[in-house]
Amino acid sequence: MSFLKGIFGKKEPPSPDSVKTSPLDPRSLTLGPGRRSRRHVAIGTAQSVGVERNHNEDALFVLLGNAEGLNGLLDFGLFVVADGMGGHRAGEIASALSVRTVAHRLTQATLLGLFSNPDSDGDTPPLQDLIRSALEEANQAVVERVPGGGTTLTAAVLVGGQVTIGHVGDSRAYLISDHRTRAITRDHSLVERLRELGQLTPEEAAAHPQRNVLYRAIGQGANLEVDVGTHPVPWGSYLLICSDGLWGVIPDEEIRDITLGASDPQIACEELIRAANAAGGPDNITAVLVHFPAE
Amino acid sequence: MRRTTRALGGTQGTTGQLGQLQPGVTLQDRYLILGILGSGGMSSVYKGRDLHFPNVTKLVAVKEMINMAADPTMYEMVVRNFEREADLLATLAHAAIPRIYDYFTHESSSYLVMEFIEGKDLEAILRETADFIPEEQVLSWAFQLCDVLSYLHNHQPQPVVFRDMKPSNVMIDQHGQVRLIDFGIARIFQPGQKGTMIGTEGYSPPEQYRGEASPAGDIYAMGATLHHLLTRRDPRAEPPFSFSERPVRQVNPKVSPELEAVIEDALSYDPKDRFPSAEAFKKALLTSARQTGLLSSAKTASTVQPKSDVQELWSFECEDEIRGAPLVHRGSVMVGCYDNNLYALDAKTGRFQWKYATEGGIPTRPAASDSLIYIGSEDRRMHAVTAERGELIWVYYTEGPIRSSPIIYEGHLFFGSDDAHLHVVNMASGQKAWRAEASGAIRSSPLVAEERVYFGAETGDFYCIGFRGEQKWRRKLKRSVTSSPIMVDGLIYVGSMDWTLYALESEFGSIIWRFRMGRPTISTPCFAEGKIFTGCADGHIYAIDARTSHEMWRFQTEHQVTSSPIVFEDSVYCGSVDGSMYCLDMRSGRLRWQFRTAGPITGTATIANNTLYFGSTDHRLYALLT
Repeated sequence: MSFLKGIFGKKEPPSPDSVKTSPLDPRSLTLGPGRRSRRHVAIGTAQSVGVERNHNEDALFVLLGNAEGLNGLLDFGLFVVADGMGGHRAGEIASALSVRTVAHRLTQATLLGLFSNPDSDGDTPPLQDLIRSALEEANQAVVERVPGGGTTLTAAVLVGGQVTIGHVGDSRAYLISDHRTRAITRDHSLVERLRELGQLTPEEAAAHPQRNVLYRAIGQGANLEVDVGTHPVPWGSYLLICSDGLWGVIPDEEIRDITLGASDPQIACEELIRAANAAGGPDNITAVLVHFPAE
Repeated sequence: MRRTTRALGGTQGTTGQLGQLQPGVTLQDRYLILGILGSGGMSSVYKGRDLHFPNVTKLVAVKEMINMAADPTMYEMVVRNFEREADLLATLAHAAIPRIYDYFTHESSSYLVMEFIEGKDLEAILRETADFIPEEQVLSWAFQLCDVLSYLHNHQPQPVVFRDMKPSNVMIDQHGQVRLIDFGIARIFQPGQKGTMIGTEGYSPPEQYRGEASPAGDIYAMGATLHHLLTRRDPRAEPPFSFSERPVRQVNPKVSPELEAVIEDALSYDPKDRFPSAEAFKKALLTSARQTGLLSSAKTASTVQPKSDVQELWSFECEDEIRGAPLVHRGSVMVGCYDNNLYALDAKTGRFQWKYATEGGIPTRPAASDSLIYIGSEDRRMHAVTAERGELIWVYYTEGPIRSSPIIYEGHLFFGSDDAHLHVVNMASGQKAWRAEASGAIRSSPLVAEERVYFGAETGDFYCIGFRGEQKWRRKLKRSVTSSPIMVDGLIYVGSMDWTLYALESEFGSIIWRFRMGRPTISTPCFAEGKIFTGCADGHIYAIDARTSHEMWRFQTEHQVTSSPIVFEDSVYCGSVDGSMYCLDMRSGRLRWQFRTAGPITGTATIANNTLYFGSTDHRLYALLT
């Protein structure tokens, strides 16, 4: 477990803009046409403080595993995006603390469990319950330790062909494929709620002065209701998790076009961040893109 | 990030940095501050004493609002607006509205001096009661609230909109009378910056977020207040405008359906769908109270009688109970019976065609290829007979009774046996292809998908095996798995005798979610429109969201539900041990019709050509026109 402590014990969050270093074209890194027994998912991540802000309240965590062999596991992973709020650095502390809490809990409870005997018994808590309690634990931690702070949090656990998402706030998870782009999370914002009820048009919602008002977030009270759902991820599609600094700034169609148009998920992520900054970059931007290649 | 979320209990919040008035301070040489009553946002309310009455203690409530406007013009405008509103309030005369005695502005604050009310607000009352507040009590407050709203909305020359109806703004004074304590005057002082809420989240109507304040909005907020009082569920802790997702009676079944319906109307999203006036609201409340006998003893029954307009096409009597499911094939309906026979009947008329005798009861569903019918029996054998005449083609022997229905996949039959094996048999020859051992009897019908076979055993083990019989994974559940698994989009759904419906990830067998019911389940789930339907020995038929495990609805029958639901078009069909076949609206779980037989129904129905076929332990096979 000490390697986990090494990961999660870190006090300093990584510099958000380290990704700005010029990336190598991943194609130059591959070792030629190696024979692989099965398809593997690939990921990209990128983050930017944005144009208008001077500090970063977004936090992200990514862990991806591949395994091969006769009884090899399918790919598995954990992806977390959080977008903090609150003055006096409370927002960035809340998002970092929440991501660390959720990553710790879920790595231990779900991912490490995959390596154990597959003849496991029914006492193992369901994945959805584990995710829900991980977010509740993060909520407890923020309520106790970061007064005045809060954060959105979207955590995705990939097991086999299924992604299970725990979600609070208005960061989003999208499933993107050639024929369809859809958000699989529901924003817990007042304006989105009004839009769902037909009280606002999407255009009115996008320009509404209260579009940043959330009705559910981590750190806003002892009781937190977490949305948890499981979705199949078909081969050939992408899973994107991002903060509103991305989806609130560039339209879904542009997100889709950039994602599908890039040669690699890492390049796509950087393109997405560039586009959001080019559109004004009013907020911190975080994107995690998971590609499930068709062939 | 300039973001806000609402905080609960705003009235308890501190305004420390703004500095509240300390006891002992005197305002205008007249109002002695005795203590603070509450504060929130930019305003505080103090208990004070009017020193113009030196010989008696005349108590007043002093509301202080801080003017945050930095710009002198804005500051002046806020003060003018305040004075205009205060003048208006001072003209109101109603028993439920506190009197305004005075107002003034001093430096950066404006003050309103009002009647002091001895009593408790409804939020405090809710907090201090442990159980639900009785419907009668809530109704009596509701009538008074309607009266005062009616007074305000009919005010001349212009209607007055209260804007901020919520439990903490409704006082119950020492005489038990309702008093509205906080007119929305404080909103004048709220800076219009990004992220600030208007009104109180949870109680305010949707249109208020577009800046519209109207009498219809007060009706909504009053509906929200009544909903909170009756359910004890604080709307500030729920998604905005989500009252319809938690009907009053779902939380508090003691409330009458009539009152629930009235509150639902008041809470309509569209103002046009609400009561047109507070008078109309009151009238509806009165009507509901009369219907439920709270106002008069004349109690009118209003239970909905289930329609039974379903038409029996035919029924056919066998010599013993039918516990298996029928199969419709080439115009015939085939069903196994505990009289040991497999029957073939004309699907349209119910006319007997042939029967084939096994040597044991038949609890399974037949399977069919083109010309052959396959049936497993408690005589330990799988029988293949011709569809035409029921003539025996081959028999395959297992070492235990067969209670698992055969599944056809790529020229083979897959089925379990009480001999603790999964058998895979060539359909044409009746020869064994392979078999796989389990830890106990297999009564669940296997699921065959993507070169894998999934099935449960009576020991509680749930298996995934490959097409060479090798085990991929096994998950131990707490009790028997008699229910047969289904797979939708890579998730496997199966019930267990441990009172639980499971969703398992098909590659690893990880438990994605579980849904706990009130008793064991052996019912095989069924999927439609994102929902999983299943029956349970607790007597319910459930609809559960397939991705989140949220219960969408449940329908209570009068006995155990061991049969499995099926879905056709937008209806769910499921039998119960209470003897009835139920047809429910798939989306709402509402009863469409109920068809009674003379014995428990334990088998599953099948539907073909708009005809529903099912057997009953009253020995009959029924065909109903749907």
